[in-house]
Amino acid sequence: MMTELLKVEGLTASYGSVQVLRDISLELGRSEVLCLLGRNGAGKTTLLKTIMGLVRATSGSVALEGAELTKLPAHEVPRHGVAYVPQGRRLFAELSVAENIEIGLMTRGKGGETRDAVLDLFPVLRERLNQRSGTLSGGEQQMLAMARALAIEPKVLLLDEPTEGLMPSAIARIRETVAAMRERGVSTLLVEQRVDAVLPVADRVAFIENGRSVKTIGVAELREDPAMVRRYVGVG
Amino acid sequence: MAFGPHLLLAVLEGLVSSAVLALTALGLSLVFGVMRIVNVAHGEFFMLGAVFAWWFSTMVAGDPALGFLLALVLAPLVVGAIALVAERLVLRRLNYDPEATIVATIGMLYIFEQLALMFYGPEARAVPAPFDFRITLPWFGYSAYKLAIIAASILVMLATWFVLTRTRIGLVMRATQYDRETAQAFGIPVDRVYAGVFALGAMLAAIAAVLIVPIQQAHYLMGTDPLLLSFIVVIIGGLGSLRGTVVAAVLIGLSDGIIAVFFSPTLAKMLATLFVALVLVFRPQGLFGTTAR
Repeated sequence: MMTELLKVEGLTASYGSVQVLRDISLELGRSEVLCLLGRNGAGKTTLLKTIMGLVRATSGSVALEGAELTKLPAHEVPRHGVAYVPQGRRLFAELSVAENIEIGLMTRGKGGETRDAVLDLFPVLRERLNQRSGTLSGGEQQMLAMARALAIEPKVLLLDEPTEGLMPSAIARIRETVAAMRERGVSTLLVEQRVDAVLPVADRVAFIENGRSVKTIGVAELREDPAMVRRYVGVG
Repeated sequence: MAFGPHLLLAVLEGLVSSAVLALTALGLSLVFGVMRIVNVAHGEFFMLGAVFAWWFSTMVAGDPALGFLLALVLAPLVVGAIALVAERLVLRRLNYDPEATIVATIGMLYIFEQLALMFYGPEARAVPAPFDFRITLPWFGYSAYKLAIIAASILVMLATWFVLTRTRIGLVMRATQYDRETAQAFGIPVDRVYAGVFALGAMLAAIAAVLIVPIQQAHYLMGTDPLLLSFIVVIIGGLGSLRGTVVAAVLIGLSDGIIAVFFSPTLAKMLATLFVALVLVFRPQGLFGTTAR
């Protein structure tokens, strides 16, 4: 029996006159990893940005534990416990590793305990606290982006293509973190292009097409019928 | 006067203008750096600072130091409040659009200028210096107040640097500067940061004006020169770079002082403008700026 944590219902959003999300609905349960799969331009990134309030919803609702998020100013959304790891990481490149984590901690007023917990997840970062984050390697930057997001002690984690352009070892590290977060009761909404990257971590997969969620299935079901991926995502 | 002492005098005068210029330009640079807004009305905040300094200083009778101190505290606060209102009423409604805000701040420039003319009048008025002690050098006497301007400017700049690099407010400002959208995703209320930065930039110009008004009289048209020189400084130093702003202000202030003393003030302005042109051609990001992301 699953209780939903985040509920997206009939969400619509557009950039100017271009409608990107058309009446999209999905539910994310507690301690669940839900993966969004879809072609380029299907609206996956826009969905995450709309949940964060960075793109305004034109209609529909996003509810976190029953509290409506679409009416809030963008900076209030993370304070409710939604953490965001944007595509391309978007670190504050001129700031140090420590300062990037500090900004995460400040979001919900977390202190040294959270900082230690986050750094324990990514020990590499502890050695580089004073380094300018723009000079980290790709894998380290992704870990810092995750660390910054986890520093808010989120209930929901939104990850936008976290494994893009990373080496297999770094991909494994990200995957382990997502699994570890699930153990702690954090739910993850994960956007990916490649299905092999999500099968090991996801509980369910939602296919997104033209700004709509066309089908949501369990991972086991997807393993049995891999042809489904080709149908919705193009190349599997 | 022999050449040596003459040069020393020119350098001192140059350092005084550098000190005032550095503060004014720092305000302009901060606003551009964080908000990406070219504030054409920046010189008017300088002018308003001087005008309010005169107004506050006349409210206190007796020791001129009291009136000056009152002006030094209150004038920047009033100017900061005016900037805050302008930000809410105008810039925010334009959604901080880079082009629209240029036009809007040009409009603000004229509004502030004409309001000053209406309520303050066309006269030039000086504020008495808080002290008129003269330091006697072997060759000439020099106003201790002018040296105090340099010291005060250094103090304010150190304080600004401290706030930017060592405090949470500074961290929030820098995060907003580097990535506005991601800053919002981490709970930073970007529009409030913008309002604060705009007020702070105006207050820095106002502090500079209060410092200079005992030697340079308050007048409703006095904002034009600091605006032009601030742009020169900020372009040479690199927009958004604190270090570059200070170095360029000293460079421009000194060359202005020295060339104006030995040749003519016009030549000093011509050379500064030529230098800007050369920087724009050969190093468009400025001496200390980094290339735009």
